Amino acid sequence: MATETLIWLLPLPPLLAFFIIVLFTNKNKKLSHIVGVSAAALSWAGAMVIFFRSLGVEHFGEHPFTDSVKWLPLGNSWLEIGVRIDPLSAAVLFFVGITIFMIFLYSVGYHNFGQPKGDHDKFGLPPHGATVEDENGHKHVVPSVEPMYSRFFAFIGLFAAGMYTLVISDNLLTLFVGWEIMGLCSYLLIGFWFAKKSARNAGIKAFITTRIGDVFMLLGLAFLYSTTGSLQYEVIFSEEMIHALASVDVGFLGLSAAGAIGVLLFIGAVGKSAQWPLHVWLPDAMEGPTPVSAMIHAATMVSAGVYMTIRIFPLLSAGWDGHTLTPAMSMVAFIGAFTALFAATIAIAQNDVKGVLAYSTISQLGYMMAAIGIGAYVAAVFHLVTHAFFKALLFLGSGSVIHGMEHGVLHTGNHDLDPQDMRNMGGLYKKMPVTFWTFLIGGFALSGFPLVTAGFWSKDEIFADAFAHGHLTVFITLALAAFLTAFYTMRQITMTFLGEARTPEAEHAHETPWTMTTPLVVLAFFAVTYGWLGIPEEFPGLGALSSNWFHHFVGHTLEHPLPTFEFSWIPLITSFTVSLGGLGIGYLTYRNYKAGAVDPMKKLLGPVYHFIENKYYFDEAYNYLFVKPAIWISEVFTNKMDQGVIDGILHSFGKAAFAIGTVIREKFDKPVINEFIGDGTAEVVQIFGRKLRKVQTGRIQEYMLSAVGVLLIIFVALYYLVLA
Amino acid sequence: MIPISWYLVLAAALFSIGLFGVLARKNAVAILLGIELMLNAVNINLVTFWRYNAPAEVTGQVFAIIVFAVAAAEVAVGLALIISIYRNRKTIVADDLDMMKW
Repeated sequence: MATETLIWLLPLPPLLAFFIIVLFTNKNKKLSHIVGVSAAALSWAGAMVIFFRSLGVEHFGEHPFTDSVKWLPLGNSWLEIGVRIDPLSAAVLFFVGITIFMIFLYSVGYHNFGQPKGDHDKFGLPPHGATVEDENGHKHVVPSVEPMYSRFFAFIGLFAAGMYTLVISDNLLTLFVGWEIMGLCSYLLIGFWFAKKSARNAGIKAFITTRIGDVFMLLGLAFLYSTTGSLQYEVIFSEEMIHALASVDVGFLGLSAAGAIGVLLFIGAVGKSAQWPLHVWLPDAMEGPTPVSAMIHAATMVSAGVYMTIRIFPLLSAGWDGHTLTPAMSMVAFIGAFTALFAATIAIAQNDVKGVLAYSTISQLGYMMAAIGIGAYVAAVFHLVTHAFFKALLFLGSGSVIHGMEHGVLHTGNHDLDPQDMRNMGGLYKKMPVTFWTFLIGGFALSGFPLVTAGFWSKDEIFADAFAHGHLTVFITLALAAFLTAFYTMRQITMTFLGEARTPEAEHAHETPWTMTTPLVVLAFFAVTYGWLGIPEEFPGLGALSSNWFHHFVGHTLEHPLPTFEFSWIPLITSFTVSLGGLGIGYLTYRNYKAGAVDPMKKLLGPVYHFIENKYYFDEAYNYLFVKPAIWISEVFTNKMDQGVIDGILHSFGKAAFAIGTVIREKFDKPVINEFIGDGTAEVVQIFGRKLRKVQTGRIQEYMLSAVGVLLIIFVALYYLVLA
Repeated sequence: MIPISWYLVLAAALFSIGLFGVLARKNAVAILLGIELMLNAVNINLVTFWRYNAPAEVTGQVFAIIVFAVAAAEVAVGLALIISIYRNRKTIVADDLDMMKW
């Protein structure tokens, strides 16, 4: 098959799976997951074929796979849509395909396929477990299958279709379409257990918060389309167009038209990739099932924001001479670096095993944004890919831990215990060896454990770039964030897996089935080896063995050559220090953590810890600044405007009519009619009214029927009387 | 090119299906769906006449987009009404909602 045709077909299998599951197989759980998982496998296979074919093309950056069709006629012009796989999208496609496939597979085990139906499980609530009797007549409580199993696969299928659409797009329009499909799926899947109030609220919060970003993004798209007349990458990112856009001044903050469009689009990415100040939705999104957290809120959807920002890099960097950052770039760098540090500080005080990972995701996305902001976009792509692997691994690992803990909860029957709280864990390395070792690999990759893990190479590249180009503020901020990252990762590993079990539930935890552990092993493989593709050639010792394939492959996406820089020991030593230091201090602080003990950091930080633990009170602040006023306005409108003014006007009409009626009755009816004519008229009216009131049935459809009938009569009459 | 009448027949058919739904279905949500079908039939007409009569302008499309937007707002209001009715009367069968009669 021609590669272009294959690219067009890529989003199709998951999309079809969505419709097949919703329309036909939703009653049959087995058939539903077969459809879902095989669709994901097909798309993954297609993505791999495209990826490996792209490796065979010489100068792939200048000759990407492209194909487009005319889609929407607009007067004299056409809106064109199409597909494009260039080095950047090929690299993204690679990890998107693998992570999506792995997460589909994992979901089968996560939702307890093969287990009996729950005793009193309801739609919209997580499964509570089922009682089974073994051959000896002993009753056991075992996990029960998710009641909305088929629906889950339908939703993630639609999500996968959205992500593939986004990656293969050759224009910002279809990218935006995929973007919004994912936004919808994110809402549906966060609120998957819709009978829980917290999940419902989290879904609404995620949807509304990302919508704020999307409105700005849409404005950016409109601005871009109105100035250039196209949304295709090829046209808008061409040398002349960028130059033309860069020379227009919009008269706001010193931004050129290119910069203004870039900033508007970037705000969309801020919402999607949960950057400060729109980060608040991502931690709450952990209400959804864990495969969702892994897929949407760590590996793919939140990466979409970074991917788009990398795409629009030519707009952000228009007019950049390689030294002084453009205003748009400084803004991206500031938001990214600030978010990286800010989210990392929150993560050290979280006790929910997924909560730590949520803030860690925000922080790592901040890294990528900061890297784009300082012009190191290849490093950003590299970190995007490695992060997707290890963060998906960590999320799936945490899901496995929660699953194991739920096993313990079912065993002891203590349903008040939170199976996600790390304070209740400990010693799980004995119970769940596969989960432990893969989680350790993921955690070390996230901390940037030197030389071995992928996270080290990608982070090191960002450090080196920031240092070499003299962006010292960004460099120091990111180094601090990296230190905190290593610290909270080790805290998490120590509290969860090491030491002794702190609750009886943790003692009865159990390793999860193969459908859950296989994805962990596969992702752990990539979390280590992928980094070796991007070892810089200048690196002492190892550099001689490496060809820095990744840098050369992705670097040619944009036409102008990348600035190169000299090797320096300072960022490398920093990188070693922060990761090993953070890991070591994290281990030493938490190795003796006992059940019910006060968190060691709490003793150290005192009131500051309280502040961090409550996420700097951002939720509360937004509640007072935005949510409360919105509710207040709607209350004013209902009570004062609608019931007061509008109803008041209507009531005064009524009163006026009543007053006029009274006057007529007193002055005319009683003295004149009653005196001279008598009751005859009234009786006639009453008779007619009795007969006619049957027409007024109160049934709206009968009214409509008569309205349609009368209209027909009028039309027919008009036609024959006037026209004929 | 496909003759204009084909599109008009399609639109008329869609409109009639929608009208039938509005008049015959008992579920208020289905009635709302019927209204949507009728609106979309109008959209087809608008776009058809634009394409055949004045393809150089974008007026027909702009009209259709306005209809979309209004239809979306209308559905939002309609569904809110239905939910509110359901909360008060525990039914959304149109025939049971006969509070407005004598």
